[in-house]
Amino acid sequence: MDTEFAVRMVDITKHFGTITANKNVSLDIRKGEILSLLGENGSGKTTLMNMLSGIYYPDGGSIYVNGTRVDIRSPKDAFKLHIGMIHQHFKLVDVFTAAENVKLGLNAKIPAVRKSIVEICKKYSFAVDPDKKVYEMSVSEKQTLEIVKVLYRGADILILDEPTAVLTPQETEALFKVMRAMKADGKSIVIITHKLHEVLEISDRVVVLRKGEYIGEVETSKTDAQSLSDMMVGHAVTLNIDRPEVGYSVPRLFVKNLTVKDNLGVTRLDNVSFTANSGEILGVAGISGSGQKELLEAIAGLCRTEPGSSVMYVNPRNDEEEELCGLSPEHIRDLGVSLAFVPEDRLGMGLVGSMNIPDNMMLRSYKDGKSCFADREKPRELAQKIVDELGVLTPDLDTPIRKLSGGNVQKILVGRELSFNPSLLMAAYVVRGLDVNTSYAIYGLLNDLKKRGGAVIFVGEDLDVLLELCDRILVLCGGRVSGIVDARKTQKNEVGLLMTNLGSAGGTAE
Amino acid sequence: MFRIQKRTALPVWKSWLIRAIAIIIALVLNGVLIYGLTKMNPVKVYATMFNGVFGTERRIWNTIRDISMLLCIGIGLAPAFKMKFWNIGAEGQILLGGIAAAACMMYFDSLPNGLLLVVMFLAAAAAGGFWAFIPGISKAKLNTNETLFTLMMNYIAIQLTSFFVTFWENSYGSNIVGTINLESHKGWFPDVFGQMYGLNVIIVAVLAVTMYFYLKSTKHGFEIAVVGESHDTARYAAINVPAVTVRTVTLSGAVCGIAGFLAVAGQGHTISTNTAGGRGYVAIIVAWLAKFNTLVMILVSFLIVFLEMGAREIASKFNISDNLSQVSTGIILFFILGSEFFINYKVALREKDGAKQSAE
Repeated sequence: MDTEFAVRMVDITKHFGTITANKNVSLDIRKGEILSLLGENGSGKTTLMNMLSGIYYPDGGSIYVNGTRVDIRSPKDAFKLHIGMIHQHFKLVDVFTAAENVKLGLNAKIPAVRKSIVEICKKYSFAVDPDKKVYEMSVSEKQTLEIVKVLYRGADILILDEPTAVLTPQETEALFKVMRAMKADGKSIVIITHKLHEVLEISDRVVVLRKGEYIGEVETSKTDAQSLSDMMVGHAVTLNIDRPEVGYSVPRLFVKNLTVKDNLGVTRLDNVSFTANSGEILGVAGISGSGQKELLEAIAGLCRTEPGSSVMYVNPRNDEEEELCGLSPEHIRDLGVSLAFVPEDRLGMGLVGSMNIPDNMMLRSYKDGKSCFADREKPRELAQKIVDELGVLTPDLDTPIRKLSGGNVQKILVGRELSFNPSLLMAAYVVRGLDVNTSYAIYGLLNDLKKRGGAVIFVGEDLDVLLELCDRILVLCGGRVSGIVDARKTQKNEVGLLMTNLGSAGGTAE
Repeated sequence: MFRIQKRTALPVWKSWLIRAIAIIIALVLNGVLIYGLTKMNPVKVYATMFNGVFGTERRIWNTIRDISMLLCIGIGLAPAFKMKFWNIGAEGQILLGGIAAAACMMYFDSLPNGLLLVVMFLAAAAAGGFWAFIPGISKAKLNTNETLFTLMMNYIAIQLTSFFVTFWENSYGSNIVGTINLESHKGWFPDVFGQMYGLNVIIVAVLAVTMYFYLKSTKHGFEIAVVGESHDTARYAAINVPAVTVRTVTLSGAVCGIAGFLAVAGQGHTISTNTAGGRGYVAIIVAWLAKFNTLVMILVSFLIVFLEMGAREIASKFNISDNLSQVSTGIILFFILGSEFFINYKVALREKDGAKQSAE
């Protein structure tokens, strides 16, 4: 049966325990279109698409593919219906080659698979080497491989879950080109995203979800960023990030020749030097895995540095300089260095998922006082304060934080780190996974700290945000500083180039 | 088709109701099995079991003694397990504690009894602690696998015990130490409340309560919990992970060493390779079932001792193989462990709509 619609999802409902992830959502995917599925984190976009690709099974509602009612119980069923999904976290076997990964789970011979890969690549002008091992691939190569894998299985309907989150602007452009080529070939493509400018650039139509419910759909050509974000959030929002000017500024942290090697002896951070100032937000940009994690952990005393590295902290109380390199976190704490750190891995490093909010507050304060018993009163008061002031949604203070949503977990972590009014705050991907409102609330908190004279090191992935929020941006590429630029006078493309191309501009500029 | 959902929270009484139901089902199933295999009346068998455990005052006190012993080891395992350090070397730590206690009994029998007991207590704790310290420091410094290491330490401890048994053997060639200080009763627990095992109970009760609050309310307890959850978070929170590891594991071994002291001074008054008797392993089940809560361990220890003693009683009374009673014990433990699944997850039938779709 031939219809205009490749897929129709009607009244789809999905519950997880007491949480409703999707409620009576209906959505059509037309043949040969690029459809954006837009919504804040936790709005049910991925869940909805997971039901189309067979990962989850809907509790209610029905799905039609090419006009026929279908029952998708597994990814295999989805493939039979020519539906393929490229997940946010790649599902590849590292030690296999590209061809072996494509073959995985199929009854095919490697030579035939290699030939098909080459054909697919030619058709859509990809570049995938079938014999390259996955662990040797860059993030964007892996993503391309995922797309090839899905195309090899004959997918006509492709779902891409936040594909640009890990890409540089240049790589994103290349991906969009591929998507347009696939569209021209008659494929239907769904792109899940919460980045508005991408929606406007690539898609034909936009469907907006909010809190698991269908809000509406518009033709991309008839809308703009402001009205889309209003739909997404549910009320009018301002999309401008504040960048207050702080007149008074002194150096707070001198980092010189910082070099870090990992357990295998691979250099992760190579001779990094910069200065972080009070009353300033210093952005750190770079493709993920360029040494951001090591940089922050080295400053916090959490990873070993090579000889010759220096991290000099200027104590605002007495202007004395303290060398932090080679000290353990305990030593740094005992020196009275007021250092706050919001690590990338919130539940793996910054917090303990199985503990409740007061106990997580205690991570910073449990050593206070001389008694051998831990003070549980003050952490409880602080927990209550953070829950009230930052609007943390939790059944009560004693709920293990693992059970809270990502945004609420992050509020708890940021709230705790700001609670002792640090003179230096390091924050890694602090708004990752958070909705627009929470993100802006957190930018506000960072700006408040900046105005109070705190130095902020902000590791980010969204260049638009980095350029709007930060005063200066340090760009890392392969563990080296490829440039430090003034965020007020720099274009996105320039930062993008620095991220991929070492030494093209600025060199190891200070 | 079934749908399995994680429960958000279950009221405490409900979770205990589920556990109680599990035990009842296990008892019924056991009854069917006993009847099917031996044609004996299960009710009678259970009554015999109960009688074997609580039948006489002496039996009651033996039960209490065994519970305290098992509980003591469980308490010892609690801090290590809470830190996710899988100390399965309690067996060896008990033996070391036992050797130390026995040595004190033999060489310091000139001391007054009260003082001697204190010396024995301290020596046993130090010996058990030392035995755990070795795998502890290796874990902290070299990141060795604690499960293998503590297990291997057990075999060394057993051989060491054999050596001391031969060294101290009483009456040449017997290869047993025999009752130490049979006449003087030096280093024996005095009767408390007119009970032989009164002191065992008191010591273990104090340990249980102390350990409960140590883990729950002290700074050390908090450190243990954080290290157990994530070494990265611990380091982030400025906790010295190696130091906490060594300290906690040594404490764990010390309490297990005290269990060895109880076995020597409070029960056997001798030392042999059977002094630990596999209880170092049984206590692992106790610690797990109680989720490392030392007060809940009292209940679990009771249950396990009840099953063991009851099984022995049935075996001798009805002249049936030991194996059947072990099968019964296994079934009951299986159901208790299985009930945890139903406490954490809800199993529901798929809604009708889904069922219809699958039929299509």
